[in-house]
Amino acid sequence: MKVSMTVNGRLVEGDVEGRTLLSGFLRDQLSLTGTHVGCDTAQCGACVVHVDGVAVKSCNMLALEADGAEVGTIEGQAHADGSLSVIQQAFQDHHGLQCGFCTPGMVMSAAALLKDNPRPTEAEVRKYLEGNLCRCTGYHNIVKAIMAASGQDVSHIAAE
Amino acid sequence: MRLGALPPDPRDIYSQMKGGSAPFGKEDEMYSFDFEKPSSIADAVAALGAEDAQALGGGQTLIPTLKQRLAAPSVLVSLSGIAEMRGVCVEDDGALVIGGATPHAIVAAEAAGSYPALAALAGQIGDPAVRNRGTIGGSVANNDPAACYPAGVLGSGATIVTNTRQVAADDFFEGMFATVLEEGEIITSVRFPVPQAASYQKFLQPASRFALVGVYVARFADGVRVAVTGASEDGVFRWTEAEAALNKEFRPDALTGLSINPANMIADLHGSKAYRAHLVSVMTKRAVMASL
Ligand SMILES: Cc1cc2nc3c(=O)[nH]c(=O)nc-3n(C[C@H](O)[C@H](O)[C@H](O)COP(=O)(O)OP(=O)(O)OC[C@H]3O[C@@H](n4cnc5c(N)ncnc54)[C@H](O)[C@@H]3O)c2cc1C
Ligand code: FES
Ligand code: FES
Repeated sequence: MKVSMTVNGRLVEGDVEGRTLLSGFLRDQLSLTGTHVGCDTAQCGACVVHVDGVAVKSCNMLALEADGAEVGTIEGQAHADGSLSVIQQAFQDHHGLQCGFCTPGMVMSAAALLKDNPRPTEAEVRKYLEGNLCRCTGYHNIVKAIMAASGQDVSHIAAE
Repeated sequence: MRLGALPPDPRDIYSQMKGGSAPFGKEDEMYSFDFEKPSSIADAVAALGAEDAQALGGGQTLIPTLKQRLAAPSVLVSLSGIAEMRGVCVEDDGALVIGGATPHAIVAAEAAGSYPALAALAGQIGDPAVRNRGTIGGSVANNDPAACYPAGVLGSGATIVTNTRQVAADDFFEGMFATVLEEGEIITSVRFPVPQAASYQKFLQPASRFALVGVYVARFADGVRVAVTGASEDGVFRWTEAEAALNKEFRPDALTGLSINPANMIADLHGSKAYRAHLVSVMTKRAVMASL
């Protein structure tokens, strides 16, 4: 079946099956492999993308459900000149990643959070990330990076 | 840098065993199906008339189920494009009506003023991404024994509205994963009378994000309702002894000495029958406390 959607501002079309997942369409057909598939069971959040402005787990949504939608992926986060977005830069500055596998999903979730809640508390950040698992960092620096990206002073947050 | 010999990729082993189809991480895990996205209830009902057709809400339960090959529908009929099934509104008599295809996140945001306890329940389901897709109709139709909405629906004495009839919550749930819904019948909305006070207390099972035990207490002018999820082998249920005690006196202390028989409770690695029975009492008291 034909599907078309706007991905990171660009209109794309493809031919998919009913069962093709949005994550599969992005990765296999559009070669946007920044969207990671960790668990493929809606648990880990590595595959989080934005669909019409809200965060969704792309491993748990059919590509055809996104027909006509505005989709945002990690590839669309950096500025046009290739420099990192504020959130991405904060992850780098505050060591918010180690292996980096969870990072695309973390950044996309963080972007969704900060859009709705530009100055979240630390507790709100932790709560919002409940569906994003990281096996490396222990989360502290991820939370710190997101707080910093929201323009808040993070000097008091210990790098545990 | 060159790495030493890597261990074989399990996908390759599987492909060899099965003659080529690797079940990991790809859509070929799911059996193939057609997809339709009607824009009206009438068209959805017509499409669901096809043999082995199945409704697709937010897919947050159904897609994982399909990946495990526990279902093989011929066609999935998406309900997400039906405008008349989305949204939240308050009727003239004060009842809150939620469209069957309304995602949890919309209920959490838009019912916060009219029915705060129910909005809070919706805002505790899963995680933000799950709440942006999962719908009330899918949750109620699925009747997972640990799901949150069934407790809110039964605890509120809500009415489930389908394309063919209206069913009182007391008559709707028929045990774990079972409801009175007929094949091809869809939940178009759920209608909630709004109580004077209510609270949902969820004891989180942190791995699944579902309720290990969840209790919904609602106090209406004509009586108190207590609905329990996550605890019983028979799915969501009303704790009538607690209701009777709370009708006499709406205070946590009114529950002192009351206990649930653990015989019918769920036992798994997260909690024994006795533990769940104990949690029911504790969470009910907390819900009463929060509704005072
Ligand atoms: C990580 C994760 C955490 C979760 N945590 C929780 C939690 O804490 N609490 C909780 O309650 N749930 C939780 N859920 C489940 C979630 O709420 C699901 O969204 C919900 O159970 C199913 O809704 P859905 O719209 O996704 O339905 P689907 O998955 O699309 O469908 C489920 C079933 O309902 C049927 N169906 C769908 N819509 C309708 C309708 N309108 N009328 C009739 N039948 C319909 C489908 O045919 C299918 O059989 C979680 C899910 C995930 C993935
Ligand atoms: S890959 Fe989608 S949630 Fe883990
Ligand atoms: S940095 Fe490795 S999983 Fe998060």
